[in-house]
Order: sequence, then structure tokens, then C-alpha cells
Amino acid sequence: MKIIVFAENQEGQFKKSSLEAVSYAAQIAATNNGSVIAVSIGQVSNDKLAELSKYGADQIFNYSQEVFNTFYGETYSKALAHATKNAGAELVIISNTYSGKTIAPRTAAQLGAGIVSGVTSFPNTTNGFNVRRTVFSGKAFADVAINTSIKVLAITPNSFSLIENHKTANIEQMDAGISTDHLASKSIEIARASGKVVLTEAELVVSGGRGMKGPENWHLIESLADILGAATACSKPVSDIHWRPHSEHVGQTGITIKPNLYIAIGISGAIQHLAGVSASKVIVAINKDPEAPFFKAADYGIVGDAFDVLPKIIEAAKSFKSQQA
Amino acid sequence: MKVLVCISQVPDTTTKVGFTDNNTKFNTQGVQFIINPYDELALTRALEITEKQGGTVTVINVGLAETEPSIRKALAIGANDAVRINAEPMDAFFVAEQISNYAKNENFDLILTGRESIDYNGGMMAGLLGEMLQLPSVNVITAIEVENGMAKLERDIDGGRERLEVKLPMVGSAQKELTEPRIPNMRGIMAARTKPLTVVEPIGAQANTQTTSFENPPAKGACKLIDPANAADLIGLLHNEAKVI
Repeated sequence: MKIIVFAENQEGQFKKSSLEAVSYAAQIAATNNGSVIAVSIGQVSNDKLAELSKYGADQIFNYSQEVFNTFYGETYSKALAHATKNAGAELVIISNTYSGKTIAPRTAAQLGAGIVSGVTSFPNTTNGFNVRRTVFSGKAFADVAINTSIKVLAITPNSFSLIENHKTANIEQMDAGISTDHLASKSIEIARASGKVVLTEAELVVSGGRGMKGPENWHLIESLADILGAATACSKPVSDIHWRPHSEHVGQTGITIKPNLYIAIGISGAIQHLAGVSASKVIVAINKDPEAPFFKAADYGIVGDAFDVLPKIIEAAKSFKSQQA
Repeated sequence: MKVLVCISQVPDTTTKVGFTDNNTKFNTQGVQFIINPYDELALTRALEITEKQGGTVTVINVGLAETEPSIRKALAIGANDAVRINAEPMDAFFVAEQISNYAKNENFDLILTGRESIDYNGGMMAGLLGEMLQLPSVNVITAIEVENGMAKLERDIDGGRERLEVKLPMVGSAQKELTEPRIPNMRGIMAARTKPLTVVEPIGAQANTQTTSFENPPAKGACKLIDPANAADLIGLLHNEAKVI
């Protein structure tokens, strides 16, 4: 089976989620004598492109025309569909990031392919083609069968490990023959917070709720996050009262995340919040209320006042990090 | 200005999710259904735009008669009219085929929906509709203003924000910050009873995917409690025992 993987770059660097997708595809290919074609769209140096072969890409399709200097769902999906047809591939793997969510359905529609997003398992092909995905914002899993000959999977970031699998891949310069003449969209400005860990892709997350009492106390959350190299998050009430930006709200009506470690401070653990974080590998709950529902969903708990407990943890994290260095 | 807002009906966010029929069906017993919260934001923003510069807002839903209370609520919030495609929504592709088939001859300037439904979380509708109708699609919109046939937008991107301009017509999906939901008033509720709700039979479209079974996540083991006086021990446990730092 030939497998196409979208290897998204950000300013010429491949994202971890892209390498996870290549690694995921290589593991599928290993089970069925298949091959992996990683598709890079935009400007990426040859050295960086070679990084894709480190995680198991057998071939690299490089779409580097000027039209791809800015990300648009319309143009990027055309390149990906072009690559799929060109390779005669039957499976397309895309990481379910914001960009991935933009192009995956457009690519699937162009290919007449069945698509499943939020995938958390490898395909099971003993009887048809089945994958597992999260539904109800993490409150449940669903097993989904895909009936079409070409299939598109949008896999959840941070669900699959990076596995090195060195190959020697040819880089092929590709051209999908796309012009900007009829493009209706125009990007005006892109603003990214520099040096901050992106919440949706973070391995470690430190999160605060109303128990933090006010935005002026968030330096405690930020300080612990900085020391650990974690992203910061918050509960719905905290974003609703504008203590923190909406982009940090995790839960059923916010972002669903799947980090290795989720530390919840002053969050009671209502069902809507747990839905967004319960897939985390390890959960720590810190709350002064011993009856807080979060303790039922957590691996480690501290019943205590955040303002007493957090400084101790911050000090311990500091000395842990300095020993590691 | 003609705006179409695609809405779906979902279980209330406080719902404890369970399944029946050998884990093949969602258990609707005792479940309160609501308009998908992101779709409601799309609807509210559509109303704000048309109130400012004139126009109409049509809501569309693919579902059986059981979704009509949610459609009437959308009319009570302020939509001018509604369309229900009378079919069980089989998968995102099937739903998008139904909506695009309806929309293709109606010349909508703007088609909005939520960034995902909070039940199936597919997040594919804007992209599928965009491709099927050959229109630009912009996901996770946090702001939109419409002026002279042009939409000025802001959207979430991985790790940041993008400002962009898109020539109408276009498809967009609503992210949380877009606006605040509107509670229908008594006049709206009364008016909703007589607003047109057209039921349209579906076209013969295929579902490309099929959900075969559901499962709740496994229950967590017991929580290991740490004495607050020894809170510093947490770091050691996370390193040596849990091995996550």
C-alpha cells in the first residue's frame, strides 16, 4: 500500500506533529509491504527535507512553487490530492492540527475519499478498514469503518510516538500546476507567540481554574509551566470571565488535549472539563476541596490550598531541573 | 446579503455519555438536546452581520423530525427561515452532500457553521462544503466583518492568529471568541412558531464511513494522595514513578 503523508512545516521547520504522522505511516507501511511518500508544501531546505527519511519516508514529494509560500486550504489541498493521484496512493495521513483540519476535508472531497478525524489508533484491516477515534470531546471512543478505496486519516497530535526508521529517500520536485489568479483568500498578517509551547501539541500542560482567585495570581501557573517546559491552559469559567484568553480554554466547548502530563490547579473537574483532558496520560489534581470530582479522574492528588502548595512544587521543580542540567 | 447557517443538534454538555444496542447506538434516554454551541455562535454572528447591513439568515439542518425543537430555537434567536433535510445524518460527507446540493442554487454570500459539533467532533463541514461548492473555506474564525463583498477575518492558527481577507461567497466555521450567544426573548419565541420551516427530502448520497461501535474510556485507578506538607514530593513521583518529566 502506498501512503501519502502531509509533512507540514512552519517557517521551513517540520513540526513534531508532522514527524509523528510520518512515523505513524511508516509503521503501517511496515505491516503491508507498503511505502511512505512524505509531501512537503512550501519552502523547506534539502537538509530539512532529509529529516523526513529519518522517520521512515521512502520518498519525498516537494511542492515549493511561490504559490505555496502562504498557507491556503484551497491550494494546499490541491497539492496533496495531486500527490495522492500521482503516487496512486490509497491512504492519506494528516495530523489533526488547525492546518490539518483545514486541508483534510478538502483533500478528501477532491479524492472522493472517506475521512475520519481525531484518529487515535492504527488501522485494523482484519475485516475491512477500521480506525478508532475520540467522540463526545473525549467522553467516548468510536470504531469507524471506511468504505472507499482511498482513505484519509487525520490523526490526533501527541497520540503516536516518534520512532526513528532511517531510509534513503529521493526528493522529487513536484508541480501541481496551481496559479494564484483565481484565489479569493488573502492572508494579511500572521502573529505567533514566540517561545511559547503550543497548547494543542504540548506534552506537558499546567492549567488553572477559579481556585486561582484572579489573573494576578497566574504568575504561579506560568512559573511552573516555564520551569517544566509546559504549555498553560485554563478552565471555561476562567476564560469566560476573561482572566485568560479563550485560546487557553480546555474542555468540551474548548480545546481537547492529550498531553503526557496535565496538572490541574484549583479546577473542580466538572464533566465538561474532564471531557477535554481525560485522555491525558497522567493527571495531577490540586484542590482544597477533598470532594472535588477531579480527584476521581486524577492519578495524583493534593488536597490543599494552591497558594500554599504551588510555591513548594515550583521550588522542587527548580531544583529538579538544575540537577538535570 | 444572504447567509446560510448549518446547525446540528447535540447532547447538552453535562450529558453522561452512554450507549445501547450492544454499544452501537448513543443512549438518548433522559438526554437534553441543544443547538451545537459553536453553531449557535455562527448563527448569532450571522444575525449581527445582517442586522447591520441588511439581509436574511437561513438555518439548515440535516436530521429527522426530532431536531425541530432546535430548529425552532434557532428561529426564535432570530433566523428568518429554516430548512430541514429529512434524513438521518450518516456521516459528515453525507451531510455535506445534502447541504451543498441545497445551497448550490441559492446564491448564499456567506455560509457559516460551528468549528465542530461537540458530539462527533469531526470539524470537517466547512472544508467539505467549500470543496463541494468550489468556495474558499476558513476554519476557526474568531472575528468576521463583511464590507463591499469582502469578509475581513481573524482565525486561530497553530500557535497564533491570522488576519485575512476573503472575497465572498465563502464558507467559515465559528470558534469560541466569535461572539456571545443570544438568549431568545418572548417575542422571538412567539415569532418562531410562524416562521417558515421547509422540509426537503434528501438526495441519494452515500456515506463513506460507518461507526460500528462505541466505548467509554476505561475508569482511572485510585488517585494517589500526597500530603500538602510534602507537596514537593510530587516532582519526584512524576519523574521516577510516572516518568512523564
